[in-house]
Amino acid sequence: MAFLTNFYAFLFYFAAFVLVFGLIFKIVQYSRTPAPLKIPTTPAPTTRSGVVFRMTREVVLFESLFRGNKWTWIFGWMFHFGLFLVTLRHLRYFLDPVPFPIQLVQPFGIYGGLAMVVGLAGLWVRRFAVDRVKYITATSDHLILGLLVLIGCTGLLMKFVFHTDVVEIKSFFLGLYSFDIKPLPGDPLLLLHLLLVASLMIIFPYSKLLHAPGLFFSPTRNQVDNPREQRHIAPWAKRLDQQ
Amino acid sequence: MAKATFEVPALSQYTEVPPVTPDAMAHSAPFKSKDEWQDALGFPGELPEDWQAKAIDKMGDLLGKYRSLRVYMDSCVKCGSCTDKCHYFLGTKDPKNMPVGRQDLMRKVYRRYFTLAGRFFPKLVGAEDFTKEVLDDWYSYFHQCSQCRRCSVFCPYGIDTAEISMAAREIMDSIGVGQKYCNEIIAKVYRIGNNLGLPGPALEDTLEGLEEDVFDDTGVKVRYPLDEEGAEILLVTPSADFFAEPHVDGLIGYGKVFHEAGVSWTISSYASEAANFGMFIGSYANMRKLAQRIREAAIKLKVKRIVFGECGHAWRVAYSFLNTLAGPWDFLDPRYPVPQHICEFTYELIKEGKLNLDKSENDDKVLTFHDSCNVARASRMGTTPGGQFEIPRAILKATCNNFYDMDEDTIRDRTFCCGGGGGLLTDDLMEIRVKGAKPRLDALNNVMQEKGVTHMAAICAICKSQFTKVLPYYGMEMDQIVSLHQLVSNALVLTPGEDDEEPDEDDDLDKNDNDEDTDEAA
Ligand code: HEM
Ligand code: HEM
Ligand code: SF4
Ligand code: SF4
Repeated sequence: MAFLTNFYAFLFYFAAFVLVFGLIFKIVQYSRTPAPLKIPTTPAPTTRSGVVFRMTREVVLFESLFRGNKWTWIFGWMFHFGLFLVTLRHLRYFLDPVPFPIQLVQPFGIYGGLAMVVGLAGLWVRRFAVDRVKYITATSDHLILGLLVLIGCTGLLMKFVFHTDVVEIKSFFLGLYSFDIKPLPGDPLLLLHLLLVASLMIIFPYSKLLHAPGLFFSPTRNQVDNPREQRHIAPWAKRLDQQ
Repeated sequence: MAKATFEVPALSQYTEVPPVTPDAMAHSAPFKSKDEWQDALGFPGELPEDWQAKAIDKMGDLLGKYRSLRVYMDSCVKCGSCTDKCHYFLGTKDPKNMPVGRQDLMRKVYRRYFTLAGRFFPKLVGAEDFTKEVLDDWYSYFHQCSQCRRCSVFCPYGIDTAEISMAAREIMDSIGVGQKYCNEIIAKVYRIGNNLGLPGPALEDTLEGLEEDVFDDTGVKVRYPLDEEGAEILLVTPSADFFAEPHVDGLIGYGKVFHEAGVSWTISSYASEAANFGMFIGSYANMRKLAQRIREAAIKLKVKRIVFGECGHAWRVAYSFLNTLAGPWDFLDPRYPVPQHICEFTYELIKEGKLNLDKSENDDKVLTFHDSCNVARASRMGTTPGGQFEIPRAILKATCNNFYDMDEDTIRDRTFCCGGGGGLLTDDLMEIRVKGAKPRLDALNNVMQEKGVTHMAAICAICKSQFTKVLPYYGMEMDQIVSLHQLVSNALVLTPGEDDEEPDEDDDLDKNDNDEDTDEAA
């Protein structure tokens, strides 16, 4: 067991490192790249707070997707909202004591897990059933869906069929904070679940999963529609003015 | 006319999403630009030996300059929401005309050279080397995008394929692969001042001719001034307004509105072009250089306000970019936004009750309104979001008794492009133009059948030219497309000036001098 424990400890340090620094690198890159022109998709809000409201609707409700395609929206939203609940539920492994709201959300996390898997399945079916979506699908798109479905299924199996020792898991992860490596239960399902989760963390900054931070930097969504009132100019464009 | 060498799609009541048919439009490509024009724009004239390395360098450069490009290359999850939104896909069935299909032409190169995944596992993530075949695909399909932004409305991340088409064209220009239509025209503006290459004297003749026409028609002396220093307003309008039908009827309308408002105005021969083709080719430098001409003209003519005529992409550059490209405009009258749209100007007068409009003058028509893509999705009019939809409709309703909107899914921010925008308005791209017009014409045909609509009003020079050319392919009449200000012009009851009662001899003299030119222009 010691080998496996050490392996997973190392794996999670590595995955966390890649995730955090990979994302920081991308976010810094996005924020350092100027948007030289005003290109909000109009009608667009004319104030900052309007933009915050628009962005909130995009993040929480997937407003544009709703206008674009109802089926994708239903499955996509189910998956993401499920993922959100699952994430909240999982916080109990990483926080001690477990905050009250996280305790409250525990039962919903299970529905979240189910919703997540159903949503993913719906999205995956579209990749075969709709010829346009099939055309744009690359192997990596299937792999990411497969990865998430497997994570979901292994998790649900642990929840409903092959229980694992969640107390021990928690002490393993809390131990990682202080480089104190505690034993991890050796259940194969758990090990698989964790292996897949670590892979997800590693690919996150190098794949289309960048859509999550990307949305916040999208100029067509995050710009205020006020070009006549306020002159907008990027540093590299300003240099042209000075020539 | 309308003899097609390709199959014109049959109109349907609602536009159906066609089955994917790979390479259906792979043969379409515009004429290539030539040395002289490339040179005038600061681009090489020929594909260099090491074009691939140069193109990748340029791509890296643009990725560092445009956040849109960087974020959009990374963010697409292939959700498919945009796949059935592009009029060119709906009209051609070619999957590379699905917005995401078009983006992927660039994204596969981006992934290959700029991402870890694409460097190590190209097959897995659909990355590809930048080969000559890929470049040919780029040339073909990035010239099948009218930069209409319909895709960006429905993408959950607002991915705007127009941004990607622009970047692709800039990259191709930087390795000597330019498009004739756009680059020749930009070179013409640098030389002469407008897209049509109309020199100052020709403009003067045309405008004098208009004055006479209006006088003959109405008995009122309405002025169409050129290069008048000290005028209050500089009108910048697409050069097609000077002679093409139905554009010129719009220009006549602007003049009448200015007349009724009692403001002095002028056109500039130096900046006699509203359309800025620098945007089509994604070249910030050229777009800026073109925009600067307007600034120079405004300073030289000592005007206080700038008003733009009816044009879609031009209004995008004017509304969204002009302040960036040629501002600050602190030397103009701060009480007015810079620039203003002619519709905003007319609408204000209507609200104040300053225009005497006789709607029955347009009773021979039943109208609908085409929201031009770049006005709808890339700009605004008035002070509230969506003014670009409400203001033109308010003008229509003030000037016509019979008005019906087309299907709600095809207007306002969901409007379909006319099929000729973004630098595609050229005869060598006729097939894509005709096929791309299908979704708009489906909707038009629908209101023609159900509501008896006879005419469609537009506020864009490209839309007007495109429909004039394309409507006959679908068995419609070319003059079913009209300028919005043509309707204003018809309905407007002019106030006679002091010297209008009896035309004096001077006027008659002018008239005889210029009769021929007037005919040419009309
Ligand atoms: C700010 C947070 C996020 C937002 C606003 C967001 C939004 C979206 C939207 C609108 C879609 C397209 C519709 C769909 O296919 O579901 C999508 C797809 C996707 N998202 Fe997210 N997402 C976020 C975070 C995440 C995270 C953290 C993951 C990580 C596991 C993720 C994984 C995916 C996947 C795999 C797809 C593609 C589904 C498919 O292949 O069809 N998303 N996301
Ligand atoms: C290091 C991180 C993770 C750990 C330690 C972990 C651990 C666990 C454990 C122990 C269970 C069983 C719960 C029970 O028996 O009550 C579980 C369930 C589950 N896990 Fe994870 N997991 C992690 C990350 C993830 C991620 C990132 C996802 C989603 C992408 C996920 C999705 C699920 C699902 C859907 C379930 C079933 C529903 C539930 O119990 O919430 N897990 N996980
Ligand atoms: S911008 Fe318009 S023409 Fe270009 S891909 Fe998007 S919908 Fe099609
Ligand atoms: S809608 Fe946006 S994210 Fe979805 S496939 Fe199209 S470009 Fe990609």
